Amino acid sequence: MDSGQIFNLVTIIYFAAMVLFFLYLAARNNTLGLIATLASFGGFIAHTAALGLRWYESYQILGEDGRAPLTNLYESVVFFSWSIVLVYLLLDWKYKQRSVGAFVMPFALFSMLGAQMWLNSGIDPLVPALQSNWLTYHVITCFLGYAGFAVACGVSIMYLMKIGKEEKHQGEKPMGGLLGLFPSTRILDDINYRAIMIGFPLMTLGIVTGAAWANYAWGTYWSWDPKETWSLIVWFIYAAFIHARFTRGWVGRRAAWLSILGFAATIFCYLGVNLVLSGLHSYGSV
Amino acid sequence: MTEKKNSYIDCVWDFFCSLKLTLFIMLLLALLSIIGTVLQQNAPAEEYIREYGQSNYELFVNLQFIDMYHSWWFIGLLGLFSINLICCSIKNFPRVWKFVKEPMLVATPGTLKNSDNRLEMNSKEEKEQLAERLSTFLGKEFAKTIRSESDGKIFLFAQKGIYSRFGAYMTHLSILIVMAGAVIGNIWGYKAYVNIAEGTSTNRVWAHSGQLPIDLDFTVYCEDFDVSYYPGGNRPKDYSSNLVILENGKEILRKRIEVNDPLTYKGLTFYQSSYGSTGNPVFKVKVTVNKTGEAFNFNARQGEHIKLPDGHAFAVTSFTLNDRKFGPAMQLHVNTPDGKRGRPFIVWKNYPEIDVKRGGLFSFALIDHDDPQYTGLQVAKDPGVEIVWLGCILMVFGSLTAFFFSHRRLWVCLEDDGGKTKVQIVANAHRNQPGFSLAFDDLSQKLEATIENKSQ
Repeated sequence: MDSGQIFNLVTIIYFAAMVLFFLYLAARNNTLGLIATLASFGGFIAHTAALGLRWYESYQILGEDGRAPLTNLYESVVFFSWSIVLVYLLLDWKYKQRSVGAFVMPFALFSMLGAQMWLNSGIDPLVPALQSNWLTYHVITCFLGYAGFAVACGVSIMYLMKIGKEEKHQGEKPMGGLLGLFPSTRILDDINYRAIMIGFPLMTLGIVTGAAWANYAWGTYWSWDPKETWSLIVWFIYAAFIHARFTRGWVGRRAAWLSILGFAATIFCYLGVNLVLSGLHSYGSV
Repeated sequence: MTEKKNSYIDCVWDFFCSLKLTLFIMLLLALLSIIGTVLQQNAPAEEYIREYGQSNYELFVNLQFIDMYHSWWFIGLLGLFSINLICCSIKNFPRVWKFVKEPMLVATPGTLKNSDNRLEMNSKEEKEQLAERLSTFLGKEFAKTIRSESDGKIFLFAQKGIYSRFGAYMTHLSILIVMAGAVIGNIWGYKAYVNIAEGTSTNRVWAHSGQLPIDLDFTVYCEDFDVSYYPGGNRPKDYSSNLVILENGKEILRKRIEVNDPLTYKGLTFYQSSYGSTGNPVFKVKVTVNKTGEAFNFNARQGEHIKLPDGHAFAVTSFTLNDRKFGPAMQLHVNTPDGKRGRPFIVWKNYPEIDVKRGGLFSFALIDHDDPQYTGLQVAKDPGVEIVWLGCILMVFGSLTAFFFSHRRLWVCLEDDGGKTKVQIVANAHRNQPGFSLAFDDLSQKLEATIENKSQ
C-alpha cells in the first residue's frame, strides 16, 4: 500500500465523518455524533501515517534527496487538511461540542478531494532554493495557523446561522431542530475567539520563519512580494479581530463576519496569490 | 483659557490612544496593501504605459502606486500606527503596573460575594491555625501566599502568572523594535549584486538602487563555480561557488557557498543567487589541411579570427551545447588571405567525419570546448537585521504569553463567626475564565478536604 492509496482512504473516511455529522444534526442521535468524531479521529491517524509513509517514500524515490512531505501544492493541501482536523479534534476534546464537526470537516474533506482530483502528487526533487530546514518550520507553523482560522470560520458560519433564529426565538423552551443542537451562541463566539488565538501566534511564527529563511537564502527578510504582503494582510485582519474584542460592540456578529473575512483572505493568501498573482512562492503554478 | 487648551490636548491624546483608531489603521493597512500585490511594483515605465495607458501611468506615479510600500502615505500610515501603539501602551501601562506594585491583598466584600469561582464553608478550627495550614497548602498547590489582617479578619492572597499581563506590551514593543530594525537597515544598509567569472576577483559590487558601484575594502575571488543536475534532466540540484576573501593580497576567509548557505564578512553577506555563461567560450579546434594531411591545434575564442599557415583565417561565430539532438556544435567560416569572408558551416563535435566530406581546403574538428561560468551573488549589508530578529523573538514570546497564559489570583478571608471560623475563598483569572473555572473546581475540592482536616 502506498501513501496515495491511504490518502484516498482518508478522503473517504472524512467524507463518511461529514455525512455522520450531518445525520447527527438531523437525527439528534448522540451515538451518531460519537461515531462521527471517532471516524474523524481514525481518519486523522491514517492521515498522519500516510504523511509519514510519504516522507519515507521520498527517500526511496530520491535517495538522499528525500524530504518532508511539505514541498509542493499537493503536499501543502494535504497537510492543510491534516492541520484542520488536528485543530478541530483539539477543540472538540476541550469543548465537547460535537456539532462543530459538521462545519469543520467539510474544509478538511474538500482540501483532500481537491488534492486527489486536481493536483500532481508526484514526488519530485527540490530546487536548490527549497533545500533548507526552514522550509519545514515555515510550512508547519503557517498551516497550523491557517487551520486555526479555518475552524474559526466554520464556527462563525454556525454562529451567524444560529444568532438570527435565537434572537427571534421566544420563551424558556430550548430551541428545537437542527439549530437546537448547535452550541449556544456564547460558546460559538468563544470557540471562534479561541481558534483564532491558536491561529494568530502560529501565523506570526510562520511569517517570522519565512522572513528568517528569506534572509538566509536571498539576503532580504521582507521584499513586499505578493505572498508576503498577503500574509501581512491576513495578519492585520486577525490583529484587528483580537483588538476588536476589547471594544464594545465587536463581539458576536461583527466578530463572526471579521473571522470569515479573515479566512477568505487566508485562502487567497494561500491559493489565490499563486494562481492569480506572481511571485517567489511559485509552487502553486498549475 | 487653559482649560480649553487642556481639553484640546486631551482630545488629541484621546484620538491617538483610541482603539477605534487602531482598528481603522489595521484594516486600512490591510486594504491598501492589496494595491501593490495587484499592480506590479518598480517595473519599467514602458510596461505600465503599455498595459494601462499613458494617463493612468501618470496617475500611478502621482499617487506613488509604482513603489507604494515606500510611498509617503504608506510610510505615514505605518508611522501613525506606531504612534497609536505607543500612546495606547503609555495609557494602559500604569494600570497593569499597579497589579505588580500594589497587589490587591484584601478581597473586597463585592469580590467575595460575586466572584464566579467561590467556596464558602465553616470550620471549627481556630482561624490562626487554619490560616497557617491553608497557607502551607496553597503554597504547595497554587502559589505562595501573602497574609494580611484587618477588622479582625485574616486575609491570604496568592497569585500566579502576573507576567502574562505584559504579553500584549511585549508584543507591541516587539513591533516597534522590528520597525526600528527595518529603518536602520534601510538607512545604513544596502542591497547589491555582483557577477564574478570563475577564476577572477572583484572589489566592487553594484547597488540595486543607483548607478555607481560600491567599493569594498577587501577582494572577493571566485575560485570556481559548480552546478550539478538531478539525473535525467536539467533541473539544477545544487549550485555553489568557492569564494575566497582577500585583504592586501592575503587570504582571510574561504567558503563554498550555495543557495541557502551564504558567506558573511565584515557585515556583508554574499548569497548564491544565479549563474550563467560569461559568453567567452574557448574552443579547442583541430584544423587539417586536406591536401597534405597536416594538422594544427588552436585555442579559439568566439569571434576571434585565427590565421592559418597559408594566410587563410577562420573564426568560430556561434556555439550550442545541443544542436538538434546531435550534441555540441559550432558554426564557423573561413576567410581567404585577402579578407573575403567564406560561407558559414557547422561542425558537430561528435561527428568530425562529416566535415571531412564537406571538401574545401581545410577540414575542422571540435576537440573540446570550455565555457567559463560566472557566479551571480546577491550582496546585502543590513546592520538592522539582528534588531529585527530580536523583535521577532519578542513578538513570538509576547503573543504566546498574551494568548496562552493568564494572571490568576486567589483570596482567602477567615473571620470569627460565633465560635466557628467562616472561610471564604474566591479566585479569578484575567483570561480564559472557563478553563480557570475547571482548575478552580479541582482546587476547591482539595481545599475543602484540607479545611475539614481530612487527608486526601
